[in-house]
Amino acid sequence: MIVARTGNEAMAEAMRQINPDVVAAYPITPATEVVQLFSKFVHDGLVDTEFVPVESEHSACSACVGASASGARVMTSTASQGLALMHEILFIAAGLRLPIAICLVNRSLSSPINIHCDHSDTLASRDAGWLQIYTENAQEAYDTTIQLVKIAEQVLLPGIVSTDAFIISHGMERVELVDDKDVPAFLGERKVNYSLLDVDNPLTLGPLDLQDYFYEHKRSEIDAMDHVLPVIEKVQKEFGEKFGRYYPIVDEYKMDDAEVAILAMGSTGGTAKVAVERMREKGKKVGMIRCRVYRPFPKDAMTTALTKAKVIGILDRSDTLSSLGGHLYNDARSILYDSHTRPILKNYVYGLGGRDISIEEIESIYTELLGIQKSGAVDKDIVYFGVRGE
Amino acid sequence: MKKEKKGWKELPVGLVLDAATCRDFETGDWRSEKPIWDENKCTHCLICWVYCPDSAIIVKDGKVQGIDYKYCKGCGICAEECPPKVKAITMVREEK
Repeated sequence: MIVARTGNEAMAEAMRQINPDVVAAYPITPATEVVQLFSKFVHDGLVDTEFVPVESEHSACSACVGASASGARVMTSTASQGLALMHEILFIAAGLRLPIAICLVNRSLSSPINIHCDHSDTLASRDAGWLQIYTENAQEAYDTTIQLVKIAEQVLLPGIVSTDAFIISHGMERVELVDDKDVPAFLGERKVNYSLLDVDNPLTLGPLDLQDYFYEHKRSEIDAMDHVLPVIEKVQKEFGEKFGRYYPIVDEYKMDDAEVAILAMGSTGGTAKVAVERMREKGKKVGMIRCRVYRPFPKDAMTTALTKAKVIGILDRSDTLSSLGGHLYNDARSILYDSHTRPILKNYVYGLGGRDISIEEIESIYTELLGIQKSGAVDKDIVYFGVRGE
Repeated sequence: MKKEKKGWKELPVGLVLDAATCRDFETGDWRSEKPIWDENKCTHCLICWVYCPDSAIIVKDGKVQGIDYKYCKGCGICAEECPPKVKAITMVREEK
């Protein structure tokens, strides 16, 4: 069925079709609509979900942990400060290996206070042990929400699927929905090794773990993350075969003969694809790489993509506040250390607090990258693109 | 006496333990000092048994039988509380 939906509506539709056992959530702009719409589905009897309207995001995530440990399929939604307030519990959910799924909308972290898009919220939680998948449009957000539940339950790690605040979350798009009955069939039942509610088999969950076993448990969690990518690929392929839409872990656009390329995340991937088309019309061999799966970081696929071009402009909608530039830039530099061929890199931090980036601006970045290819040198390796007074 | 601890691949996924596992948790390997009980000096007053926080004083039919080194953490309370005129328990350095 083809419908017009915003990113938030699309994610809420996916949640309705997934019909999770428990949703515990607290509203926050711009993700409020996701659970607001979902609570209406609960009220209308369209889902069987136990809906827990808690008093904060810390409580939301905590309730999700308890419910997930009982064996339930659990989802929630949040953004920005909400995710920051969940921060403490994020690590606990991952350490306990609970496959909770968050439908997240990327919004700047305060301060200054702002409600618009950048990726600073999820990137500040990148080391929490959660899978992170950034989507380009409402369709991908809808599809990935369904995929994420299946992936998380197979690898026993929690995960975040995110959209860009307002650009995707509130932008109306053409979205193709899967039939209601096909979603539960695709997901199957959650298989559990234990349940907190199984009184015949009592257990201890999350005990104090000191010098003698903490490290072993952490090592096991690290190992779980090492085995996630093949599962993501398997689920994406299965989804593609069943419903006709496939998304790769690293989305490459016109990279085969690209001389220079842009690496980006989220909705900017879509804008950059149009910029690629326009540059190609002018005879410029440019391409685009979109990092869809950010955690775990797809080292091999990303190295393959990055080494196809001679110059890469890395667009980060975030800054690490470490004097080292953006997150993607640091990850890309790190994986290229082992590579025999290393493209020239230039970091463009952009769009903080939701400042728009236009097709023309991306074209100007491509023009600059082509200039770097010609001269073979980068004047400044980290620039703050689109800020006044630079 | 020391049990071999499990490697990370042998652990159940998700920080889960069986319930009521205190007996399996052999706290004896925390010990740096070890109580030595002298059967000839002991008057079986059972003060050590009362004070031991780990129930590591073995008593049978009202008589002290010895110390359960599987659980004794070597805190030394038994040696401290043993009446000064009896001094049936002395602490010695634990050998590796």
